[in-house]
Amino acid sequence: MKPSFDILIVGIGGQGTVLASNVLGEACIIENRTVRSAETHGMAQRGGSVESHIRIDGKHGSLIVPGTADLLVAFDLLEALRYRHYLPAGGRLIVNRNLVVPTSVYQQALDVPDDESILAALAGLDVACIDAAALAREAGNILSQNIVMLGAASADIPLRPETLEEAVRRCVPKKTVEVNTAAFRLGREKGAGTTP
Amino acid sequence: MAIRYLLGNEGIAHACLEANIDFASGYPGTPSSEVIDVLRVQKERPFTVEWSTNEKVALENALGAAWCGQRALCTMKHVGLNVAADPLMTSAYTGVTGGFVVLSADDPFAHSSQNEQDTRRYAHFARLPCLDPASVQEAHDMIRDAFALSEEFGLPVIFRPTTRICHSKGDVDTGAVGTEHQTAVFHRDPKQYVVIPAHTRVLHKNLNGKQQALKKRLVELGYNRHTVRGSTAVVASGVAAAYVQEVIGGDVSLAIVGAYPIDEEWLREFVDRHERVLVVEELDPVVEEAVRQVATRTEVFGKMDSTVPYEGEFNPAIVAAALEKAGMTPTTTFPAAAPVQGVPPRPPILCAGCMHRPTFYAMKKVFRDGIFPSDIGCYTLGLQLGAVDTTICMGASITVGSGIARSGEERPVVCTIGDSTFLHTGIPGLLNAVYNGADMVVVILDNRITAMTGHQPNPNTGVTATGAESTPISLDAICRACGVSWVETVDPYDLPVLLETFRRAKERRGVRVIISKQPCVITARKSGVRRKAYAVDPERCTGCGVCRSFGCPAIAFTGENATITELCAGCGVCADICPSGAIGMEGRR
Repeated sequence: MKPSFDILIVGIGGQGTVLASNVLGEACIIENRTVRSAETHGMAQRGGSVESHIRIDGKHGSLIVPGTADLLVAFDLLEALRYRHYLPAGGRLIVNRNLVVPTSVYQQALDVPDDESILAALAGLDVACIDAAALAREAGNILSQNIVMLGAASADIPLRPETLEEAVRRCVPKKTVEVNTAAFRLGREKGAGTTP
Repeated sequence: MAIRYLLGNEGIAHACLEANIDFASGYPGTPSSEVIDVLRVQKERPFTVEWSTNEKVALENALGAAWCGQRALCTMKHVGLNVAADPLMTSAYTGVTGGFVVLSADDPFAHSSQNEQDTRRYAHFARLPCLDPASVQEAHDMIRDAFALSEEFGLPVIFRPTTRICHSKGDVDTGAVGTEHQTAVFHRDPKQYVVIPAHTRVLHKNLNGKQQALKKRLVELGYNRHTVRGSTAVVASGVAAAYVQEVIGGDVSLAIVGAYPIDEEWLREFVDRHERVLVVEELDPVVEEAVRQVATRTEVFGKMDSTVPYEGEFNPAIVAAALEKAGMTPTTTFPAAAPVQGVPPRPPILCAGCMHRPTFYAMKKVFRDGIFPSDIGCYTLGLQLGAVDTTICMGASITVGSGIARSGEERPVVCTIGDSTFLHTGIPGLLNAVYNGADMVVVILDNRITAMTGHQPNPNTGVTATGAESTPISLDAICRACGVSWVETVDPYDLPVLLETFRRAKERRGVRVIISKQPCVITARKSGVRRKAYAVDPERCTGCGVCRSFGCPAIAFTGENATITELCAGCGVCADICPSGAIGMEGRR
């Protein structure tokens, strides 16, 4: 039996992956559980692909080994594809139905990927595809997509939902507590069970 | 006392507060920057904090405070220690009275660095103690106690965390913030602080005399420890020790080296008990060399026999593979898991609205056959735009550029350097280029801040680390004082003027300086600057792709036509680039 529950959150620098991982870490503190996590800082943040490793009940290193993650949460379809090898076959993926085409595609005249072909390439995983932008708008702010995603993933995370909600309140800016709490609940209610 | 979810660097900063720190200085560098960034804004303990102009300056300032009996910290990234190496080496001779910790953060895999050098080599070189934490909690505990260790031996202590310590988070048990303050008093003692030959020969002997006791003490303190379990063993150091603990079998002994210099007797006693020993450490084989030196009949595995990789960072899978190679069965085996091939890359990129992009665009347009030495900062990303031909270390754009220009290479040399990097080590190079008659253009990319490492202020920003206003310096005046007669300051968002400035520079000879000045788009947004977004008129867009080559992340292509996405920061430069006049401010067309 694995000693830790390993979650990889991936996205694009600026999408709020670090805040999402902070919420999970804070929730572990609230439940008196150990936690290890690793994040991307520095140059790699500038609009590049970013990853946060979170190991609930982790006691040693912060890095998750490819092929062994228990859950992949992707804020962008292409990033889900880039990191899908962190999941074992049939592993659980919660992905935002959002695709930001990298500038490199235009500059190097690569084929522009589309939603359908990416989702086809993700077949073989247990996928929930979330329209986080719509739910975030419903919650009151498009910027709360990261918390929507967390809500959508929460049913697969071994932390109590009320702990996660408390952690959201502690981690987000004071002025946005209401919006983000709504975002978490909407994600949790409408996200889980969504299929591509 | 209180369990908190902290970033390694936050844990380190908090431990400094617990240890009654009096003085902190540093130069930003990933992965070290957040330590000073936390200390400079915290309100729990008043003391002196500064961002210095470079690492040598930072180290000497902190050394001055330590010579006054204060507890001082100096932070930098590993390559920063090269800049600070001069004072570091001799500070081992002079020693200190107040506790002095030099934090130099290593970056295995060079996530955000130009090399994978190992700070532990500097510690060995300087004969200074070096602490090497294996976890975020240990980083906190070690630095909390490092000041006392420094005072006990009268030596600076090097603290060497790595990226996966600095930028990992975990549950950290922190203590209370210290309330004691040491009044600074300098006691004149030329035999200690004036290293003329007669003094330094004695000081060198004293330094060497401290080594034996130091080695024993590091074992006593529990930094170097072991558990004997069987006839095979692993010796691990730093964060690699955490990966080892994740996969090591219950019948394999484990020694963790958390501090240097290593006590050879302690190490020999451990190694001798085993038939086979595997050494697991990132970067250089520092521990491995020590193990091989003390091993008599034990078979040793490590980097030197290719059991363990020499380069990059480790993870539990790499360690498990090394265990198997050394004939020790790991508790877990990992599946082969390869990334999907052909996924378009998403490297870091200059932001939409970044001032560097139009500067590079104009530079390349005017100097089509130019050679473009560059430097360390966000603008190194100009590589993607074909605007960066060399990058080696801080401040080297001007010097490498003047060397190329004076070597006889006939193409024009146009180098780029950021404001912080110019103030760090660029100025002597500019002075040298003028003095020795180089023929080149120097472009100072003046975004008013040290952006890449997280927007730290520098002397050009007009505020100090703690937010106090400081005398605004003039880059123009500095350049003129270096002897440059042609210095032009230009707004890079004004593309026609920018192009004209480059053209005028091209017509002249000697060292010419263009200061391209516009606040970093991120800091501008944070301080409330809002510019109207731009949009493409689909009727006028011919799909020619000229804007595509500009490389702005806010420009996308749907079908044949360009569109501007919500990332647009409103710099408006693309409107000047579009040959069909199809781009304009949103709502204007």
